[in-house]
Amino acid sequence: MTMLQRQGGRVVVRLPEEVDHHHTEEIRRQVDRIVREEPVTEVEFDFSETAFMDSAGIGMLIGRHQIMRAVGGRVTVSHMRSQIRRILELSGIQKYISLGEEESK
Amino acid sequence: MNNEMTLAFDSISENEGFARVAVAAFVTQLDPTLEEVADIKTAVSEAVTNAIIHGYPEGVHTVVIRSRLTDSVVEIWVTDEGVGIENVRRAMEPLYTSRPEQERSGLGFLFMEAFMDEVHVESSPGMGTTVYLRKQIGRREG
Repeated sequence: MTMLQRQGGRVVVRLPEEVDHHHTEEIRRQVDRIVREEPVTEVEFDFSETAFMDSAGIGMLIGRHQIMRAVGGRVTVSHMRSQIRRILELSGIQKYISLGEEESK
Repeated sequence: MNNEMTLAFDSISENEGFARVAVAAFVTQLDPTLEEVADIKTAVSEAVTNAIIHGYPEGVHTVVIRSRLTDSVVEIWVTDEGVGIENVRRAMEPLYTSRPEQERSGLGFLFMEAFMDEVHVESSPGMGTTVYLRKQIGRREG
């Protein structure tokens, strides 16, 4: 279950345990609705609970990055485990979204 | 160690998680590291998602996974009898996607190749597709 929390212009998306094609459909729907309806300037994807992600998750993040860039906002990511960080680094997404300073294990 | 299993399931997205977890559980017989298990789960997830989205764009059909353990090697075949791929080489290019409107990243085959030792695709239009994945387990560092 995805949880969205809005604090001012910032939305935190608590991602589910598995971010695959099946789950990205629902995440995309929820995030796009709040971005359309509220004055959001930052969407933070929180990976605290996430143990698995595949290329469907990368597609979902790049899509949200493009939407946020178009409205002058940004996408950020947080609390990735080493396995998730590995997938993000391999995808090349750090060209668009900062992965922070933590070292990859 | 010689062991083989076959799994057939409906081409619905709910089964993406089931398929990768089932294969990962089968491979535990080779005593893989956590990282090796994660690699196999990602590769299987990519192949199965491709079969569900691209192999069978219409309706619910059957995806078949066969897996064989031989000594310390795992081999996996993910097969659909769907629409097939006209140009396999182009489909395997990084960032190529036939479905940009679905926000497919085009990284599925790149991930399969990064996480497995061998990836082959056999496909013919109208006949379906088989993705073959192979990985040696137990090449621990140090």
